[in-house]
Amino acid sequence: MKDRYDFHVDRVRYLDDHGVPLDTLPDLANHHDRLLAAYANMVLTRTFDNKVIALQRTGQCGTYPSVLGHEVIGTVIGQCMAKSDVLVPYYRDQAAQIQRGVTLTELLLYWGGDERGSAWAHCPQDLPIAVPIATQCCHAVGVASAMRIREQHRAVVCCLGDGASSKGDFLESVNLAGAWHLPVVFVASNNQWAISTPRSLQSGAETIAQKAISGGLPGHVVDGNDYFALTEVLTQALERARAGKGGAVIEAETYRLGDHTTADDATRYRSAEELKRAWEREGVKRMQNYLHQAGLWNAEKEQKLQSECKGFVETAVKAYLASEPEPPTAMMDFLFETLPAALQGQRERLAEKYRQGGVS
Amino acid sequence: MSDVTLVEAVNMALAWEMAHDEDVVVLGEDVATNGGVFRATVGLKDRFGYKRVMDTPLAENLIAGTAVGMAVQGLKPVAEFQFMGFIYAGMDQIICHAARMRNRTRGRLHCPLVYRAPFGGGIHAPEHHSESTEALFAHIPGLRVVIPSSPQRAYGLLLASIRDPDPVIFLEPKRIYRAVTQAVDDNGEALPLDTCFTLREGDDVTLISWGASIMETLEAAVRLAEQGVSAEVIDVASISPLDRETLLCSVAKTGRAVIVHEACRNGGVGAEIAASLAEAAFLDLQAPIVRVTGYDTVMPYYRNEQAYLPQVADILHAVEQVIAL
Repeated sequence: MKDRYDFHVDRVRYLDDHGVPLDTLPDLANHHDRLLAAYANMVLTRTFDNKVIALQRTGQCGTYPSVLGHEVIGTVIGQCMAKSDVLVPYYRDQAAQIQRGVTLTELLLYWGGDERGSAWAHCPQDLPIAVPIATQCCHAVGVASAMRIREQHRAVVCCLGDGASSKGDFLESVNLAGAWHLPVVFVASNNQWAISTPRSLQSGAETIAQKAISGGLPGHVVDGNDYFALTEVLTQALERARAGKGGAVIEAETYRLGDHTTADDATRYRSAEELKRAWEREGVKRMQNYLHQAGLWNAEKEQKLQSECKGFVETAVKAYLASEPEPPTAMMDFLFETLPAALQGQRERLAEKYRQGGVS
Repeated sequence: MSDVTLVEAVNMALAWEMAHDEDVVVLGEDVATNGGVFRATVGLKDRFGYKRVMDTPLAENLIAGTAVGMAVQGLKPVAEFQFMGFIYAGMDQIICHAARMRNRTRGRLHCPLVYRAPFGGGIHAPEHHSESTEALFAHIPGLRVVIPSSPQRAYGLLLASIRDPDPVIFLEPKRIYRAVTQAVDDNGEALPLDTCFTLREGDDVTLISWGASIMETLEAAVRLAEQGVSAEVIDVASISPLDRETLLCSVAKTGRAVIVHEACRNGGVGAEIAASLAEAAFLDLQAPIVRVTGYDTVMPYYRNEQAYLPQVADILHAVEQVIAL
């Protein structure tokens, strides 16, 4: 006779693929300004994304990971977080970062090869994106530990992709979050692909959310293209976290509509048919459809928003393209608070080489 | 002032700093109730509470990364790795994040943290417990690598490391954790980082070492004095950033240098020191620089560890070589 444990992972959805409510919507539906602000951020993010890809294709920006298909998730994260919370992003969180106060110019500087692109003025405690996959999960539980030690009513949102859910960093961090009752919500954007590796090869687990159970956290699967569903689940998880009731894992299901990065060609490993089906379910159009049905949107407003977003992006691009690189000596100026005496000679030689035009 | 061992001095420094700076926290495996497997953190949980002295799950990568997250919030975590042989699981966090957070955010965030780990051979420990791989860390820009070799320096350098606003790898030579006692004044006074310590002045040869090998190096200097050879002994202490000035000044005086370290030779910190001396003090040198080191092989299991570790006789032999030349 063996004991068997049964676990439950809920799956939350409010809208169908076309933005039609499946059931009574939460009270959130009455907050029209918030809905419109969310949609505006999604459109701004997509407009920005298109522009950065164009800049990369024309040699004016480095390798860049498109956020296409993740606009709803990031926007919801940005809206649900309090200013005093801390975002620990991964590299496809532009929509959240924009709402946290990272400027479009800073994002362009970052992807344009300039460290100043992570020196954010408006969200000074948010972590820079972590390039080594899933490593940010450990930072998130560290930040959450600091909040717990200081008895603050703040929370951390830690973002990751489906590929990152395979790494020890994520599992170790979920484990610690459970053991120490930390105020951290992991949002795993399951976009079905980790570069060319499909979700089915990433794990035999039916959901990513159920990995929460291994650490003693609740896990939720949410339609990541459903603004209402994700907002409801994330709001509740953050309220629980801030109240000292511990963390959660939210698996936000979506689809990576673009290539992994501008250096990738997704046609090598996935079918046009699959991509077509994903476009039929994507979140920005779904939100627009909902707003239309709710009487909150029309073609004129859409045109005005598109035009505004293009304007914002153009202004940011101009500022980015007009920016001068830092002097090469900057590479040594931020290594330590004060440059150790042992390194001053190297800095002087670098400065001298630069003065003589050795670096152009 | 009381006579304490090196590991007791570590404990004293932690307690002092925790009592005087509420941002200092300690985390690691078995550090709270058990006080650490070497008792370096003993008593801290009772005094400062579990909130500031935290037993972590058994996951070194997590320990390294959690400390980064705490540090960017302004805490000053002191994270213990139970043995240096287990630190490698945390290398991703140490190299990719702790060492570069300040640089990659242009100073917006930084990591005022200390990673402590006992290291080195000579205590009949299990496999993976006796290596000296400090050179791995010295190679990483953005890290300080500090190694005390006496109770006084353990106390003063650990205080300095905790107060330093940047990440410090603090490696404790466990062979001499309890080998000697020394009077240490528990007064909160730090010793300088990025600085060598001249332990004994001499004119004929400069003996350069750090960590537990300082014991054999000092013993060699005593024997040499008996033979009429005056050896200067320098404890490098901060192997990165390296205080080349002190080393160069000494070699300018003695004209001869012998470098002693437990770690294997290839790519060791001794090579960096030798290259620096050759570059900047070539004309002062009256003999080639000689290194006395571990062998370029896997640290042997303990029946043969003494055969691996540099002995006093090895140092004396090296000095004979450079003096005879």
